[in-house]
Amino acid sequence: MAKITLDQVRHSYLDHPASPDDWALKQLDMVWDDGGAYALLGPSGCGKTTLLNVISGLLRPSEGRVLFNDRDVTDIPSDRRDIAQVFQFPVVYDTMSVFDNLAFPLRNRGVPEEQVKSRVHEIAGMLDLEAVLGNRASGLTADGKQKISLGRGLVRADVNVIMFDEPLTVIDPHLKWQLRSKLKELHQEVGVTMIYVTHDQTEALTFADRVVVMHDGTVVQIGTPVELFDKPRHTFVGHFIGSPGMNLLPCEVIEGAPSFLGHRVETAEAVAVPTGARQLEIGVRPEFIHFAAKGLPVDIVRVDDVGRYRIVRVNHKSHTIKLVVPENVPIPDGKGHLVFDRARTHVYADGWIIT
Amino acid sequence: MKNLKWLVPTLYILFLMLPIYWLVSMSFKTTNEILGAFSLWPQEFTLDNYITIFTDPTWYNGYFNSLTYVAMNTLLSVSVALPAAYAFSRYRFLGDKHLFFWLLTNRMAPPAVFALPFFQLYSAVGLFDTTLAVALAHCLFNIPLAVWILEGFMSGIPKELDETAYVDGYSFWRFFIRIFIPTIAAGIGVVMFFTFMFSWVELLLAKTLTSVAAKPIAATMTRTASTAGYELGLLAAAGTLTIIPGAFVIWFVRHHIAKGFALGRV
Amino acid sequence: MIDKTTNQRAWFLVLPVVVLVAFNALIPLMTVVNYSVQETFGNNVFFFEGVRWFEQILHSERFHASLLRQLTFTGIILLIEVPLGVAIALTMPKKGPWVSVCLVLMALPLLIPWNVVGAMWNIFALPDIGLLGQMINGMGFDYNFTQQPLAAWFTTILMDVWHWTSLVVLLAYAGLSSIPDAYYQAARIDGASAWSVFRYIQLPKMKRVLTIAILLRFMDSFMIYTEPFVLTGGGPGNTTTFLSIDLVKIALGQFDLGPAAAMSLIYFLIILVLSWIFYTLMMRNEEQ
Repeated sequence: MAKITLDQVRHSYLDHPASPDDWALKQLDMVWDDGGAYALLGPSGCGKTTLLNVISGLLRPSEGRVLFNDRDVTDIPSDRRDIAQVFQFPVVYDTMSVFDNLAFPLRNRGVPEEQVKSRVHEIAGMLDLEAVLGNRASGLTADGKQKISLGRGLVRADVNVIMFDEPLTVIDPHLKWQLRSKLKELHQEVGVTMIYVTHDQTEALTFADRVVVMHDGTVVQIGTPVELFDKPRHTFVGHFIGSPGMNLLPCEVIEGAPSFLGHRVETAEAVAVPTGARQLEIGVRPEFIHFAAKGLPVDIVRVDDVGRYRIVRVNHKSHTIKLVVPENVPIPDGKGHLVFDRARTHVYADGWIIT
Repeated sequence: MKNLKWLVPTLYILFLMLPIYWLVSMSFKTTNEILGAFSLWPQEFTLDNYITIFTDPTWYNGYFNSLTYVAMNTLLSVSVALPAAYAFSRYRFLGDKHLFFWLLTNRMAPPAVFALPFFQLYSAVGLFDTTLAVALAHCLFNIPLAVWILEGFMSGIPKELDETAYVDGYSFWRFFIRIFIPTIAAGIGVVMFFTFMFSWVELLLAKTLTSVAAKPIAATMTRTASTAGYELGLLAAAGTLTIIPGAFVIWFVRHHIAKGFALGRV
Repeated sequence: MIDKTTNQRAWFLVLPVVVLVAFNALIPLMTVVNYSVQETFGNNVFFFEGVRWFEQILHSERFHASLLRQLTFTGIILLIEVPLGVAIALTMPKKGPWVSVCLVLMALPLLIPWNVVGAMWNIFALPDIGLLGQMINGMGFDYNFTQQPLAAWFTTILMDVWHWTSLVVLLAYAGLSSIPDAYYQAARIDGASAWSVFRYIQLPKMKRVLTIAILLRFMDSFMIYTEPFVLTGGGPGNTTTFLSIDLVKIALGQFDLGPAAAMSLIYFLIILVLSWIFYTLMMRNEEQ
């Protein structure tokens, strides 16, 4: 068990990175608390897997240090970092039985055979693999093989961190739910740090206590699911998390209050614009906009009923705004007025939150 | 330990290059030097051996003959193997499995077994001493190989491709030539490499089926060794020239060679 | 796997192949079978001889000796070329510009006409003017492959290793490059030793291609003719007279068509049976 610190870590796959775009990971400074359940969330190609491989030691970062409990492990190879990692696609040792596959990481470290046996049975029981323990691993379905991969990741009791790199990609949807809650359960039981990489926000929000959102080689926000929802630090988070994503409207700031095309919008606090800011935007989630008698005049373009609520698309001049309206709340005909929830309306300068 | 890893392939390649170096170096030596004293590289550098080959028609015709039958065989093998491999990869038909196995057994037939009957067969049909005879004879082992590799490549292509084309109103042959063949172009390249290779290196059948007019270069060389005395320089020059087409072909497929081995059901 | 549809008209697609191969395989094979049961004294006069030639060949010491030489040779080159080829494939670079260089240079021996291979090795190994001959004699060994049986065997085997190991390398390399990186990464995290990586990841993934490599090397070395014929002419004496060389000696040298034909058939059958045994053994292993 360990606290993991990334100290000014940067990584590039090129020998001589020149432009900022050459860096797969741009400057990372962060601490993963011992025993946390983290989700690493971001679109494909944002550097999630690179970050994971830096922590597991499969990649040596071009710059910076990786610390486990304040011990510098930057140059220590994966097998001596005491970590476990599960990959996106199943990795099984074809010629071994399921039992031997699960026992492999333990046996390589000289764990006594009795202990191996009890541990393997325990993990197999958890993953419903007990019936096939004697079978050859190559004969299993993709689901079964991925369960073996998961099992090999979970089998060691003494690891600092277990990392999952989109582990449920190849798994059947109904099994996905089951396995994810198993993992969550397991985390509560053993309390080992877990990092779960995914590009699926539902998966991230249901698994993790804390979600790390990555975008373009940097971490844009670390927070609880609620924090990410209520107060996205970056417009990317607002846009990426939530369905539909946050509305972003261009604005200017007059006397500490944002103004959208001449229409003054209320915020919780007065806005102080940092010097040199080029682009200012108002960000407000569709859940925090309501119809009212007075406010921003809009034309209603389209209403989509998605069950317990409706997504309404409205236009103000050439700008489209989306809002979520609960089932029992009436929607005006044709035209209406909008009010933004003052406490949940934020202002962003060049993508980063200022209020 | 890790840093010495490059040593193994390097030593192996060195071992591969030594005899070739010796052959090439000898081709630039005079007969006197070869038979006279041992020397690591040509002391009196000469191009005489190459000049002889390029000016004497019995020599250079050998090259044309070899290249002619190799090209004919490659084209013939690939063009008949393409539809057959398609049939094996897409359809079930009476005796398909036995037919496939029978084709493969021909790859196992020792050419020495067939040398004499081939001589009689091709004499009987009046093709003896023609490049066509050799091109046809080499089909014995090249067609099974081509069908085998192509079938592997084609099985990797989803059947939906065919079905979509038929739904779109393509006739079989139009689909096959316009869509399917371009799709497996890499596979065809690999197959052409192999058929070229096996036809180019084979000599027993090529020699048995020719005497004067269609004699392959490799057979011309054996004559030199026996009749014209020990003209080793000439032999070495001729040998060096036979390496060039092969080297050229490998260079052409170098990016696909490993993949080519890996696909095609291998 | 594609699920195939039944279509008897597919026969039209395979017909050209069948015609061409049958022309080359069936007619000569019938000729051979025909000869194998007859005796001739020239002038196209034949007498039926039944299975006499088969009995004669099967009991002939000469055939036994050739067969034994052939099996020994094939056994030795398989034992050398397969492990050596795998070892080289394992140490080859995985990516970068050196991959192409290695592959091209290694494939070169495969594309040299077989008699040129023989001739090349002849002038390479000659004790007086050959580089190899000079080197071995220079190290203090008395080496002359045209006169010493052991030296002749050594040279023939070395030539075959030179000629064909690359085939095993290329196949093994192809097998290795199909292993996803995740396998190596997982093994590193699992704490697997280099031997475990080879035993549990690389070897199983190479199994299919190695099966093919062993089969091809077995079949081709069993049919070997041109290279040793040009190198040693089957000598000194009969010490490097392998099956094919012996067969051609009987058929074209002595023109004993009957015994030659009978020997051809026995020879062909041996290859078929041994290949089949190899194949089923390796496949059964796979299924377990």
